[in-house]
Order: sequence, then C-alpha cells, then structure tokens
Amino acid sequence: MQHRVVVTGAGVISALGHNCGEFWRSLAAGRSGIQPLQAVDRGLLRFPNGAEVQGFDPSRYFDEKEIGLLDRFAQFGVVAAREAIAQSGIQWSEELRESTAIVTGSCVGGQTTEDEGFVNLYRNNIPRVNPLTIPRTMENAAASRISLETGVVGPTYTVSTACSSANHAIGQAFWMVRTGTARAAIAGGSEAVFSLGFLKAWEAMRVVSPDTCRPFSKDRRGLILGEGGAMLMLERLEEARARGAKIFGEIIGFGMSSDAFHITQPSPEGAARAMRSAISDSGLQPEDIGYINAHGTATQANDATETAAIRKVFGVHADRLAVSSTKSMHGHTLGAAGAIEAVATLLSLCNGVLPPTANFTAPDPACDLDVIPNQVRQQQVECALSNSFAFGGLNAVLAFRRAP
Amino acid sequence: MSHAELTERVRGIIATAQHLPQEKVTADSTFEELGIDSLDGINILFAVENEFNINIPDDAAQNIRSVRDVVEGIASLLEGGQGGQAAVRA
Repeated sequence: MQHRVVVTGAGVISALGHNCGEFWRSLAAGRSGIQPLQAVDRGLLRFPNGAEVQGFDPSRYFDEKEIGLLDRFAQFGVVAAREAIAQSGIQWSEELRESTAIVTGSCVGGQTTEDEGFVNLYRNNIPRVNPLTIPRTMENAAASRISLETGVVGPTYTVSTACSSANHAIGQAFWMVRTGTARAAIAGGSEAVFSLGFLKAWEAMRVVSPDTCRPFSKDRRGLILGEGGAMLMLERLEEARARGAKIFGEIIGFGMSSDAFHITQPSPEGAARAMRSAISDSGLQPEDIGYINAHGTATQANDATETAAIRKVFGVHADRLAVSSTKSMHGHTLGAAGAIEAVATLLSLCNGVLPPTANFTAPDPACDLDVIPNQVRQQQVECALSNSFAFGGLNAVLAFRRAP
Repeated sequence: MSHAELTERVRGIIATAQHLPQEKVTADSTFEELGIDSLDGINILFAVENEFNINIPDDAAQNIRSVRDVVEGIASLLEGGQGGQAAVRA
C-alpha cells in the first residue's frame, strides 16, 4: 500500500535568518542575504561576497561539550531539525522512533574543522590533530546527532551527491514513507563552506561571481556560495490528519538521473530526464506544474542549460510556468541547497506567493523564461518542482503539491 | 623573456597538462582544435599561474580560447608587473 506523504514541519537556518519565519520574510520581500565575507580574509580571494549565516552563536543552541563534537555544518543540520520537529508537534513513542528514518545530505561535511586542523599541522607545526576531528568531519555527523537527540533509531544515513545531496536525501526519505518502509522521516541537508582552503578551491574553478548572484540575467557572473541547513518532517497524510497536525504541503514525486556527459559541464538531456521522472512519479502531467524553484546557480552554463531542459520537458507550457532561483538570496549552499529550496517551495505553495529571482538586471535570450525578476508575485500555485543538478552530472528533482 | 620563448613554455605547459605531444600544440592552435574543454582550460590556467607566479583574473580567463590568447595574456600580465598577490583583487 502506498501512503501520501506530507510535510508537517520545516526548519531552516541560512543567510536569510535562523528560522522559517525569518527565512520567509526575506524571500517574500525579495531581500538578499549576500554580504561581504566575515569568516575569512577577503583580501586572499578574488570574490569578496558570500551568503553567511549572520550572528550565529552556537551556545544559544548547544552546551560546550556538544559544540566540541559538532562542526558548524552539523550544528546547522541539528538546529534546522529541532525547528522542523517542534513545528510538527510530533509525539515520539518507542514504536514511532523505531519506524522513523533520518536522511541528510551534505557535500563537504566538516571541512571547516578539517581546514583548522590542517592549518595547525602544516603551518603552525603542531604535530597533533584534535581527536574529535573525525566525528566532527564525518558527513553523517548531523544525521547521527539528530538520532541521538530524538532517540529515533530507524534507517539513518547521509547522501553525498555534491549540489544534489539534499534533494537525493529528501527523495529517498519520501519514497521510504510512501512505501511504508518508514512511518515518518526527518530529511534535509546542511553545509558550512566558509573556510579559506575550500574557498580557494572554488576560486580556482572560476565560477564564483565577483559581485552578486544574478540567476538568468544576461550579465550573470557566477554563483555565490552560501551556508546553512534545512530539514523537513515527513509523515503519512492519514497520520498527520489523525493527530490534527498543520500540513505545509505534500511531496508527490521524486526523479533522478545521471548525465553521463561531463564531470562539470551540465547537460540539458540529463536535467530534463530528472524533471520528467519526478513528474511521472507524481502521476501528474507537465501542464499541472505552475512553478519551478530552479537550480539557477547564475553560472553561464547552468542557467542556459536549465532553460533548455525546461523547454524540452514543458514545450509550450514553459511560457506559462513561473521559474525563480532563490539562490539569488540565500546563495548556493551545495549539499543543503535542495533542502533550503524545498522549504522555499513549500512556503510558496502555503502562502500563495512566489519568491523572485533577486538581483536581476537584464534578460538573456538563452534564459527566456518567466523568472519572476526582482518582484515577489502573489500567485497561488497548486504544484511545483524543485531542481538540483550537481557537479558530476547527478540530478535530483522533487515535486510538491499544495497542502491537501 | 622573448615572445618566442614564452610561446615555447606555454606550448610545453599545455602539452603536459593535456597529455599531448608538444608538436601537436602549435602557436596557432585553438583550444577547440586541441580538445580542451572548460575544465581543461582552468587547469591549464592554474598551471600557467604557477609557472609564471601570476594571477589571471576571471574576466580575462573567460576570453582565453587559444594558445595565442594564453601567451598574450601572460605577456600583458608580466608587462603590467602583475605577479604575486598584486593581481588577486583584479
């Protein structure tokens, strides 16, 4: 028997604030969280800006011992999970704990911790590395901490597929709840990218914008890196209804594909296959989709390729779709991107408001979609997609429906 | 360094980076002819930056599509004295 899967709680921490309320207020105002970088010496980088979580004080969320065990990326994951769980109002029983899953995504795990440890080793000639480095850096650190805190002991794991990690994680959790493998799931992703070593590696890729993130604009100059985390509480529709939970929306489809084309260049065929697969999994037709939260990184290659892929899938309906990239406001959070954008998509369906593509300056004929430039739109959409396309050619797309 | 010397060094860097015999990489070769894609391109620029201790700005990098573009780009950076960290903020 298949279950309908609904979202009863959402948590998010990002450059747009520390919770869902702050996140939505920024999105609905089209306000970008991109600012001059604080975490590292900007003089050592060709790009000065990023989307950092502002004013994050771990001691507000964790005691000192916990802080010692948790890298920033894991802290974001746990903070987001606590918000999602609290919002859902779910009451844990032993049976429910045994049948709930936790699936998280992260691209680079605790690389901030790793970077600090290696600076000490290689530059400061300190011959010892902190023994907590291993538990802090492992990519499943957030999933494991959420399990420890909640006592959830069902299927718990972490997916790492670069920028698609969180969509793959949420999609897997969705399928587990739909098929009955799990009764409920906590799913999402988290990432903390702002260490000098990692930023220098992005600089060398030559895809980071020297100013801001302008998805689909003719003069876009690349992505802006962001950090944060987001988690969803997934439950069966009938159980959420039975306990009178507030329902944010429904997850109705998940599609994945691999480009098998190039390690970093995107392919419209691969992206199109993932979107088609998500629509098919949802039982809908392309014409039923009203909004796409795009991958929209603002690199030259992604935005033109994503536009071509959307045209392949939707044909003439592509001109009736609204598409926006909220990365223009919260940055590209890599392994957390799909989760943060899932929350953005669910809140859009909930509130009847579509967030804009911020920082938009001039249309690009290669990106000739309705990208909701700069101004928020009051529009109630029934069904939406959220796209994630990763380096390595791995694509993951989620389909959502407004709360039943 | 003469223009000819610079061209020879660039041919060598590209041949090494692309695992090509150096005679295949001529002063007139385009990246397309040599099968150099965008990822190969940034890898070559990385090798060039290390070899000459220069920093090639992203905007300049985007327009480099041939051996000649690389040679001319290096020449202008060296003439402008943009070695070391000075060009990082360019």
